This record gives sequence, structure tokens and C-alpha cells, in this order.
Amino acid sequence: MNYDCIVIGAGMSGLAAGIRLAMFDKKVVILEKHSIPGGLNSYYQRKNFEAGGVRQFDVGLHALTNFIKKGEKGKPFSKLLKQLRLSYDDFKLHPQTYSKIQFPGLSLKFSNDFELLESEVRSNFPKEIENFIRLVETVKNFNELDLTLGYRSSRETLNQIIKDELLTEMLLCPLLIYGSAWEDDMDFAQFVIMFKSLYFEGFGRPEGGVRTIISLLMKKFEEVGGQIRFRTPVSEIKTNQKGVAIGVVANNEELLAPVILSSIGYPETVRLTNKFPSDKVPRTGAMTFLESIFVYDKKIPLTQNDSTIVFYNNSPKYSYRPAVNYFDSSSAVVCFPDNYETHHTAGEGTVRVTYMANYDQWKNLSREEYDMKKETVGNSAIDLVKKLVPEFHGKLLFKDIFSPLTIEKYTWHMNGTVYGSVDKTRDGRTPVPNLFIIGTDQGFLGIVGSILSGISMANLHGLMNGSEA
Amino acid sequence: MTASQVRQIVIDIIADIAPDEDVTTLVDNKSLREQLDLDSMDFLDIVMELRKRHKVEVPQEDYPKLASLESCVAYLSPKLA
Repeated sequence: MNYDCIVIGAGMSGLAAGIRLAMFDKKVVILEKHSIPGGLNSYYQRKNFEAGGVRQFDVGLHALTNFIKKGEKGKPFSKLLKQLRLSYDDFKLHPQTYSKIQFPGLSLKFSNDFELLESEVRSNFPKEIENFIRLVETVKNFNELDLTLGYRSSRETLNQIIKDELLTEMLLCPLLIYGSAWEDDMDFAQFVIMFKSLYFEGFGRPEGGVRTIISLLMKKFEEVGGQIRFRTPVSEIKTNQKGVAIGVVANNEELLAPVILSSIGYPETVRLTNKFPSDKVPRTGAMTFLESIFVYDKKIPLTQNDSTIVFYNNSPKYSYRPAVNYFDSSSAVVCFPDNYETHHTAGEGTVRVTYMANYDQWKNLSREEYDMKKETVGNSAIDLVKKLVPEFHGKLLFKDIFSPLTIEKYTWHMNGTVYGSVDKTRDGRTPVPNLFIIGTDQGFLGIVGSILSGISMANLHGLMNGSEA
Repeated sequence: MTASQVRQIVIDIIADIAPDEDVTTLVDNKSLREQLDLDSMDFLDIVMELRKRHKVEVPQEDYPKLASLESCVAYLSPKLA
């Protein structure tokens, strides 16, 4: 079969790229290994044995970053709406209440109104407020979308502006764990993307969770005439004698196209082609996570906990690196997905707790040890929830824990990485001509970032033939 | 095709790619970017829609010629004739 473009992976970036290409009459097919779309931001369900029916769960999505109000212009989310011809109302976004960065004896709140964070810094770090405002100006004036930027350490840049290390640690904490492939640091362009998307713009959650976003993208892709094949793993990216990518092999079928966009990760893509120069193979990131999901018989009352997400750390220094001992309980992200501004107050309550993990250690466990270790993680996470919400005495009805191996199994990301490789390719290009990277390893972050990555790479390499306007 | 038809074609496209914008008050000799929230991605879409709907090719070096409604009409009229 011949196509104008083949997209590997039906995650957020693959679907967005597919929509852009099909919208302008390109013959495009998306090949997805899994039986459902979503990639790293997907969903599943489990039977509810007590009450009958099923419970629906999201994987990945705690929050949609880059929140805007209806009608706001010039923001990443508004660009996404225009480029995909989607309407704001379709996302049914509910804003967060507020979130907080909780360190020993001190917390900083932030919400979708940047003034809250600024006033929190002003009252908790009065000596740093002018430096903080300088940092904000630096972030505002930085062009993070410049595709030619190289790596620049965020810590080094921050240390030149902020003097109090505790403030640096606290500001970095959510930004690192919500997007960094690098240990204890991140590329400054990604810092800026994250700073804007979390602190300037904030969090929202679509009603219905990640399914709402995925079904919007799927519906649009079908409307514009794209094709999608599930359970269709790509086993090889084919190149011609000159080393130019010309197509793929999937389910033993050869599919040809002059443009191939791969969203499955940079190292994962490289594995599929034998024409890749061995000295340029991108490194697999080390950051992987464990997530526990708990369902209680009732919601945690807003009087006991009104924050949407807590970025918890139990020491003045924030360590963002693979856990030394299976999982790191010294820090966590605790998400209360019921605490978005919605109307429903009855029904079951959910809490999600994310810890940093260590892939190699989990990989080497026997089945029995693996189950026992997961139990330990679950207990630790329950203790943390009790610590954060001591007055809450809900009955635990359901728990589920995913490990780095679960992530690897369902997303095929090597070593269970979530934020991909530490080697990004910002313009999407690879050493193999006509093969391009979209999604996490192109370097935009979060759901909005992934979607914009798919859009901008499809524009650049699929619609404009690689030269920027 | 008359100048006003060409003008309408451009306005229809802008209205579709930027549904939140008011296209009824556009001043013809002022740049579109000054009057509307359009970025380079949107200009790409104007070009892509011209190709899709009217089979008009706008090479990249000609993008500046789409700056205002007036310049759009001048540039596109011969191509849409």
C-alpha cells in the first residue's frame, strides 16, 4: 500500500499529526500496536464487584496543563484548538481548585491565576521576590518554541537568578516530575514550557477524563478521512540504498510513504531501522514511575483537603532521580481528581499517588517478589494519603498499582520511561532522511505539548516539506 | 472572478480557521496580523485552504504577499481568474 504519510503510534501526537495531514487531503495511516488509542495517556476499566458495572480509570493524565478560559488567545491550547478545528466547549474543561508544593514546614500554592503563586513567594520568600519576578520575566521573554535550541541546564540558569536554594527546589519540583527526562535537572527550554503551562496557565480536567480528549481526536481524524489500524505493530522501518526512509513493515505487510512520523520514542524508533549510525543512537532516559490508584467509598470532603494536586517532598532538597530502593517514598505527586471545580459531590472518591521508581530493580524481581513489592508501594502510598488528609476515614474499595514494567508493557517505551529519551530532536529530524520524531522525544511536554508536537511536525515535514515559513 | 469575490474567499477561509475572530470589521489595507490573532501556523492554514478549496499554490517565498486583505486580493486575483 502507498500513502503520503505513515504515522507510527496513536497517542496524542500521532492522532494530532494524522488530523493535520488528512485535513489537507494527504493519504495518511496511523499504525498502533495496542488495541486502543492514547499511548502514554490512555485508559482502562475494572469490574466493580460490589456494586456491579465497571470503574473507569485514566492512565497518565493527572491534569491537562495549559489551562485557558474560553476565548483566550495566543496560548498553546488556543493554537491547538485552531489547528485541529476543535471547539473549546468540546473539552468540557473544569479548572483545578489550586495545587500545592509541600516541603517540610512550608508550602507554596499555585492555581490558574498566577498571582497566587507570586503572593505565596512574596510571603514565604520575601527576600527573593524581586529575583522571582526577574525569573518570571526571563521565562516570558524566552522563545521555547525555537526549534534550533540546544541543551541548557535549568538549575544553572536558576542559580544565577534565585539565591535561596529552597525556592529553586520548590519551583523545580512540579516541573521536573511533570516532564523531565533528565535526572535532577531539565533543559531550560523545557523548563520554560513547563513553567508557562503549569504556573502561568495551570491545570484543568476534561469531564470524563482522558477519554474525552482521545475520542475528540479520534472523531476528528475519522471526519477528515484518516485511516487507523490497531494491533498493528511496526517491525521495521524500511530504507532505500541511499539510507532514506521509504516505508514500514507492519503485520508482515509493506506500507510505503515518503514521510514517516514516529511517536513511539526516539530510541524505540531507532531500533526499527538498521540504517541508523551507531554513534548517534539516542540514550534511553532513566526516569520511570510507579502509580497507585485508590478508590474510596466517598469523596474526600473539600473541608479536609481542597487542593487538586499535592507535590510532596519530605526534605529541603528535591531529589529527582531513579529510586535507590525500588521506589522513593520521600517524595510523591498526590492527585485528587475529584477536586476540580465540578458539581458532583456524592459517589466514590479517587486518589492517585505517583512515586519515582527504579526500572532495573523492578525488572529483576520474581513474580512473587514483584507482587509483594507492589503491596509495599501501595501501603506506603496509603500512609501518605493518611498523612496528607488525616481527618479522612473513607473505606478503601479498590486499589491498583502500576510499575515501570506495566508502563513498558502497555506503551512499549524502553525501560518504562514516561518522558522519553534524554536526547531530544527539536526539529523532529533524525539521521535517517524522511523519518521524523514527534511526541515526547521531539521535546514538547504534557498532553497539550504532545498534541502541538504532532501538529507542528506534521506542518513542517508533511505539509511544508521541511522548511519553516 | 471579481476583486470582491476574491476578498470573500480569503475572509471565508479566515473565518473557518479562526472561528472566534470577527472578520466583518477588517480594514483592507491594514495587516491581518495587526487586526487578528493569527500566527505563522494560521498563515500556513490560509495557504493550505487556498490549495484545497481553489487549487491555488502559494509558494513559501510569496507568504508575505498575504499580509493584508488588499495584498491578498492583488496577489490571488490573477491566480483565481
